[in-house]
Amino acid sequence: MARSKPKNIKYTLKKFSVYFKNHAFTLTLVGFMAAVSAFTGVLGTYLLKPIINNYILPGNIPGLLRALLLMGGMYLLGVLCTLGYSQLMVRVGQRIIRELRDDLFNHVQTLPLRFFDTHTHGDVMSRFTNDIDTIAEALNNSFTVLIQSFVTVAGSFTLLIVLDYRLSLIVIGSFVLMFLFFRYSGKKSHRYFARQQKHMAGVNSFIEEMVDGQKVVKVFNHEEENLANFTTLNEELRKAGTGALTFSGILIPVSVSISYLNYAITACLGAVFAISGSIDLGTLASYLVFVRQTSMPINQFSQQVNMILAALAGAEHIFEVMDEAPETDSGTVSLVKVRHTADGSYEEAELSNQFAWKTPAPGGAHYTPIKGDVRFEEVTFGYTPTHKVLKNISLHAAPGQKIAFVGSTGAGKTTITNLINRFYEIDGGKITYDGIDIRQMQKSSLRQTLSVVLQDTHLFTGTIADNIRYGNLAADDAMVIEAAKLANADSFIRRLPQGYNTFLTSDGGNLSAGQRQLLAIARAAVADPPVLILDEATSSIDTYTEKMVEIGMDHLMQGRTVFVIAHRLSTVRNANAILVLENGEIIERGNHDELVAAKGRYYQLYTGQFELT
Amino acid sequence: MLKRFAGYTGKYKKELILAVIFAIAECGFELIIPFLMADMVDVGVANRDLPYIFTRSAIMVVCAVVSLVLGTLYNRMAAVAGMGFGAQLRRAEYEKIQQFSFSNLDHFQTSSIVTRLTSDVNILQNALSNGIRPIVRGPAMIIMGLVMALLINYKLTLVFLVAIPVLAGLLLLIMRKLRPMYGKLQHALDKVNSIVQENLTAIRVVKAYVRGQTESEKFGTVNEELQKTSEKAFGYAVLNTTVFQGVMYATIVCLLWFGGGLVQTGGMQVGQLTGFLSYVLLILNSLMMISGVFMMLTRSITSARRILEIMDEPIDIADHENATNTVQHGSVEFRQVYFKYQQSAKEFVLSNINISIKAGQTIGIIGGTGSAKTSLVQLIPRLYDVSSGQVLVDGHDVKSYPVAHLRNAIAMVLQNNTLFSGTIRENLLWGNPTATAAQIDRACQIACVTDFIDKLPNGLNTVLGQQGAGVSGGQRQRICIARALLKNPKVLILDDSTSAVDTATEARIRAGLASGLAGTTKIIIAQRITSVEHADQIIILENGQINEIGTHQQLLAHNPIYQDIVAAQQKGVAG
Repeated sequence: MARSKPKNIKYTLKKFSVYFKNHAFTLTLVGFMAAVSAFTGVLGTYLLKPIINNYILPGNIPGLLRALLLMGGMYLLGVLCTLGYSQLMVRVGQRIIRELRDDLFNHVQTLPLRFFDTHTHGDVMSRFTNDIDTIAEALNNSFTVLIQSFVTVAGSFTLLIVLDYRLSLIVIGSFVLMFLFFRYSGKKSHRYFARQQKHMAGVNSFIEEMVDGQKVVKVFNHEEENLANFTTLNEELRKAGTGALTFSGILIPVSVSISYLNYAITACLGAVFAISGSIDLGTLASYLVFVRQTSMPINQFSQQVNMILAALAGAEHIFEVMDEAPETDSGTVSLVKVRHTADGSYEEAELSNQFAWKTPAPGGAHYTPIKGDVRFEEVTFGYTPTHKVLKNISLHAAPGQKIAFVGSTGAGKTTITNLINRFYEIDGGKITYDGIDIRQMQKSSLRQTLSVVLQDTHLFTGTIADNIRYGNLAADDAMVIEAAKLANADSFIRRLPQGYNTFLTSDGGNLSAGQRQLLAIARAAVADPPVLILDEATSSIDTYTEKMVEIGMDHLMQGRTVFVIAHRLSTVRNANAILVLENGEIIERGNHDELVAAKGRYYQLYTGQFELT
Repeated sequence: MLKRFAGYTGKYKKELILAVIFAIAECGFELIIPFLMADMVDVGVANRDLPYIFTRSAIMVVCAVVSLVLGTLYNRMAAVAGMGFGAQLRRAEYEKIQQFSFSNLDHFQTSSIVTRLTSDVNILQNALSNGIRPIVRGPAMIIMGLVMALLINYKLTLVFLVAIPVLAGLLLLIMRKLRPMYGKLQHALDKVNSIVQENLTAIRVVKAYVRGQTESEKFGTVNEELQKTSEKAFGYAVLNTTVFQGVMYATIVCLLWFGGGLVQTGGMQVGQLTGFLSYVLLILNSLMMISGVFMMLTRSITSARRILEIMDEPIDIADHENATNTVQHGSVEFRQVYFKYQQSAKEFVLSNINISIKAGQTIGIIGGTGSAKTSLVQLIPRLYDVSSGQVLVDGHDVKSYPVAHLRNAIAMVLQNNTLFSGTIRENLLWGNPTATAAQIDRACQIACVTDFIDKLPNGLNTVLGQQGAGVSGGQRQRICIARALLKNPKVLILDDSTSAVDTATEARIRAGLASGLAGTTKIIIAQRITSVEHADQIIILENGQINEIGTHQQLLAHNPIYQDIVAAQQKGVAG
């Protein structure tokens, strides 16, 4: 870690203080009550002596009763304050944690896909679990303990100075010593904690990935190797953890020892003063009692320092993600519902079902009715700057056309579709949608007009209906069922024990791959977009089902612009244009008959299939 | 339960014992030092005895150094023991999961296994490393405080006899209330984690449908629930402090009142009263310390249970005794096989399956979605065991082979093929860690990995992300096939493993398999007729039963299902 830590701590604290600000009032209240509670504690000890001297020794029983009632009342106040601040702090703490978790999650939602390509899920997960946990732990205890220790120390300290300012120099000296040590070891253990969190994230992402792929592990008898790798990572975590714990734990014995030394030196010097007559014995005795008392909260304080350091390391980890730049979305063109006005122009209308692009302009907005016209102009793209995946791609999909991408795996077909919905930013050229550069569009509006059925189907915990409705949250049950029928998912859904209300868990693991794909198609159908992207959508569906899906798809594709990637040439035959891709370039284009006649690559593929049939 | 976990201290037992010893020694010092401190005032200062004060101070300095050493040693030992325990526990749990069969894995959600391996272990580990000191010091302090208090005045100890049970009772009550809450808390936490996990896995879908907002709302709901549950649980937990303070203050006031009376009647000296007070505080403090440990343990119990659930999961597929057979040829036979995933399920997933496959044959399996094709082939490498009937390889029941050997001899490419983060070469070596460059090259040739590997920036050394991010779906499938080929299997099972590969490439893979793995039995599940039509036998599965077995020609001649499929697939081309 090359970065300088203290600066980071400052930065992290600054970022974190925002969360404190939202609860400034409650936190002040908590601080106040904690201070009162601590103060009553100090005062109570302080009162012991006068009570004994003034009431018990002279045998003043009514006076003792009065004094004790007063003391009891004060203690009661202290206990009530403790009750108040501890309960409030739990609530504030949990609320802050919730806000932090919400913010982290929301921020993660805005991050570009590149972030997810470069960070494992386990790594991101670890920030939600381990890092948040350490912060929660610190918030639960440290804040109030810090205030209390501070009040107790400050209170006792004031009394010490009042009793004898010369002797208090020794106490101050030992405080300074302790503080210096805290700083020194704080820096050190912060580094250890950061290392521990890092290794923890490493172990977690290994666990996450391997548990996820455990079935493959079994098929390959890879258990032994896995265990060996795990053991190495686990050992590293153990070492880092032991280091962090050793370093942070040292604070306690050190502060205890310093307080002993402090006492011994104070006693010696005090005795010398006493002999020389510059301090009376009673004062020295009570002075020493106070010196003893201050050591306890300091020890408590030093324990909290550790928790806070661990929490800071966690917070730093979290803010690292929060500082990742979100997907750029500077577009201003938005999607609105419009209706025709008498003079042939458009106006926004909430209840209409006609959509249009709204381009803000100085003299009032300009509306472009949505058609689904997509154009690529000389588009160049690479996932890494050095390696271009797509080179000079130009294509035009007129509204309602079906454009098919054909080519061997890895030719860049999926990449093209990833660019249309701006999952990635292109490196050169231009993509327009209804004549508008997609970079000028709000991403949400753009994606709302595109439905994608991806290679890998992902389902969410929830019912089947919920999963279909994911495509259009406003869809009612009838629309969901209609979409399912269109995708031919209806019949298998009805055969499930609870039909549309069947609950799916764990990415729909209890469904077959084909069934999952049918649901993904239904999800796209319910979204009812002008542009549809089908990526390998039918690859895992058996031929029966596929036949039915095709019929449904034909209905679905009516009047929409469709980009389809399919390996079975049968599914692309009726496309308006077929683009054959190779190495990121379009090597052939035309409709089926033209391409067959051209006897190029498509013809080879086509005859290959024919030969095999 | 404690005993079972004690086992995981393992090779760190020495450190643990040393930590306890150091903690006891440190505690001893802590008990001696107050006497030294008190003596300095009571004897030294009172008698103006400078040499006495100096010698006592010197002793204290020595004590301070010794206690620093002891404290540091304790700290080191506790750190080593605590972290060591955590590491060993985590490893043992992971090792157990490595033994899990498919159906064991089906029992737990992935996210739940992950939490059990991570945060649950962390909680136990912290409980140990933070718990040693208070659990040693607490009782020692209480005993010593009680003895001292009794020595000073046995009548006043009556106040104790009331205070201690009251405090203990209240703390116990809180803990009893807390325990179920911690269970709920863990549950709420699981929910939050599984939403995050799901979101991360499906981030492309989320982005494609612009559902960031919905996801955030969904997360907000479970997050709020977690917050509410934690507030409730921790709200109870912090009552501890309040209760303790209340009891402590009440005790002080009572002691002053009764003690004051005693002093009055001459039953006690003032100095004794103050001494008594400090011991009372010591005892109550220790009780608090112990309750803190119990609080932590209460929380740990939930985690401990969850870990034990993993450790106690019975492994249902293990080597049978005398399982010493080795697979020589690769013939496969199903005899009256019935199968269901759970004993409690009503209907069988597969019923009355009878198949005979000769070594070296190519078998195609075709059938509708949900017709149990995958279930059928999973029985061969014993990923699941049959419910009744027998699966035989080379004429011997699969149960008579050592599981590891069986799975080495039978390569299976799963439908949900997973690649792991690492280079492509590392992924391939899963099939055979000692594969030579020539072997890798050959497998890549057959699986048509060679087609694209050179176009990748770093060839075989291209680093893949999690889930094989960095290559397309079809490429992933081809790498998975090559990985399986490197096992040099007697039986190769491809479960719809070329669905994302284009037809021409698929044909070349098929040809490569036919010539390169002539002696290997090949079982291919597919959707496309082209994938299976050259097979020696084609099995048509329907609803978990065999509809018909035959060759392409036979089935084409009279099987209506097969005719339908063929017609549907030819339409696109010929029509």
